[in-house]
Amino acid sequence: MAVDLSDEERIIAAGDDGAAMALRLVRDAAGLLGATRLIPIKSAHIDGAVYHGDSGTIFAEKLVAGGARVAVPSTLNVGALDLTGCSRQLLPEHDRAMAKRMMRAYLDLGCSPTWTCAPYQAGHRPEKGTDVAWGESNAVVFCNSVLGARTNRYGDLLDIASAIAGKAPDFGLHRPENRVATFVFDVGQLSSEFLASETAWPILGNLFGRVAGHDIGVIDGISAKPDEDQLKAFGAAAASSGAVGLFHIAGITPEAATVETAGGGQRPEHVIQVTQQMVSEARRTLSTTENPDRIDAVAVGSPHLSAEEFQRLEQILNGRQLNVPLYACTGRHVLSKLEANGVRARLETLGVTIVADTCIVVTPILPENPGSVLMTNSGKFAHYAPGNTGYAVLYGSLAECVESAIAGRPVLTEGRV
Amino acid sequence: MKQETADIVIESGPAEGEALVLTAPISFWGGVDPKTGAIIDVRHPQCGKNIAGKVLFVPATIGSSTASTILLELVYAGKAPAAIVLDQPDAILLLGLLAARELDLAIPPALRLGKETYAEFSDEYVRIGAGGELTAGR
Repeated sequence: MAVDLSDEERIIAAGDDGAAMALRLVRDAAGLLGATRLIPIKSAHIDGAVYHGDSGTIFAEKLVAGGARVAVPSTLNVGALDLTGCSRQLLPEHDRAMAKRMMRAYLDLGCSPTWTCAPYQAGHRPEKGTDVAWGESNAVVFCNSVLGARTNRYGDLLDIASAIAGKAPDFGLHRPENRVATFVFDVGQLSSEFLASETAWPILGNLFGRVAGHDIGVIDGISAKPDEDQLKAFGAAAASSGAVGLFHIAGITPEAATVETAGGGQRPEHVIQVTQQMVSEARRTLSTTENPDRIDAVAVGSPHLSAEEFQRLEQILNGRQLNVPLYACTGRHVLSKLEANGVRARLETLGVTIVADTCIVVTPILPENPGSVLMTNSGKFAHYAPGNTGYAVLYGSLAECVESAIAGRPVLTEGRV
Repeated sequence: MKQETADIVIESGPAEGEALVLTAPISFWGGVDPKTGAIIDVRHPQCGKNIAGKVLFVPATIGSSTASTILLELVYAGKAPAAIVLDQPDAILLLGLLAARELDLAIPPALRLGKETYAEFSDEYVRIGAGGELTAGR
């Protein structure tokens, strides 16, 4: 389908500079998406600065060399290096140099050095109803679902191209008619004990993602208002196991005062009644190993931990020394608080490795060790760690993760069937 | 002779290779090693197969928005599929091809074809004509 560019857009696209390259990519993506025009955006979150190979660095540097700059406020997702020096990355020299060049190129394009996958907890909170172009699947789903701003799941090249153009394809979740729930995900039959547990949100998120695929659902049957960290965990798990860009929770999220509101004025006919058995199955599939006799590492913080989550971690640890490393991933917005209030120093003394600016599944941080077992409370780490780190995954709550890291072997106490 | 005509989504001329038919949705990030083309998602039924040089049939894409970078890197590293056939064109993924073209790299074509036809190409050698015709057999 042809994309109808304005005269100004057409002139920019015909150029030979970085702005032209960016606008051509937005235009061609619009064509692929079936959009017929571009719309202005208010902000961007850029997921393109992780080093996966030299092509990403070359791409960003070509934009810089072409004089491109972002046209709207743009935060950066994680990079492949911890520039704060909290943690070490096991990258070969060539990769480290290219990763550093790549991160610098994105700063040269005018992006803010937030380096976090939770920009919405680092002050980047667009207003309800505004059009933005965000990358990073968990940030996209939070932006749409919890903030009520409008973005599609921008790929990590389209996000920077859109930020430079200040435009995005008029398509998908930018249009109100495409934000309507087409199925109900009814959790009303689950025990209130389970729903109140910490693992309920990532487990339900994993299940939701697998049943939703590309569809939008409204969750019904939630009575206790979840906090932002729980919504963050749900969205991240859902966006890992499915192509979820938006969910609604009746009575909780901004476009879902009721199930009917979320359904565009009527209750969706398609209802998925979530059973305890489906929950048990989802919990089981989050692990790729069943009864390991030891664990080699624990990782938390996907998405990046908030200051409140660090508080919980410290409470559970309660001054006890860890026997296997625990990697706690976060952003600078939290690190500065941890340094000011002494939490960083206290946690590091107990054996916690704080990872800032990056995380354990996007860059090598865990020692390479065949047959190793990683324990996590994150639905997203559970999904990606086996492929990206080679570690088998054992899924558990934060409390189970901490107790296991102290014991050096799995200590599982919750909700097993 | 098994033949189907697909819609051309991203043009790049004729292509050919052995078919690799995925039987489950795939996330390129975390699912495919960008340096080798190997499928590395241990939960994926085709884990261990390699997509480099294959005519890759993709019933659905899932997961992270990093897919485009992985595909760009696969093209750059010479480990891209010979062609990508999708049930639904995924702009996030295919942007990797558009970016590769902006970097003056040779890219594989992307085509749209209903997934119900994929099984007939399984284990076949597939030729793709300039008009989007898929033909099984050498």
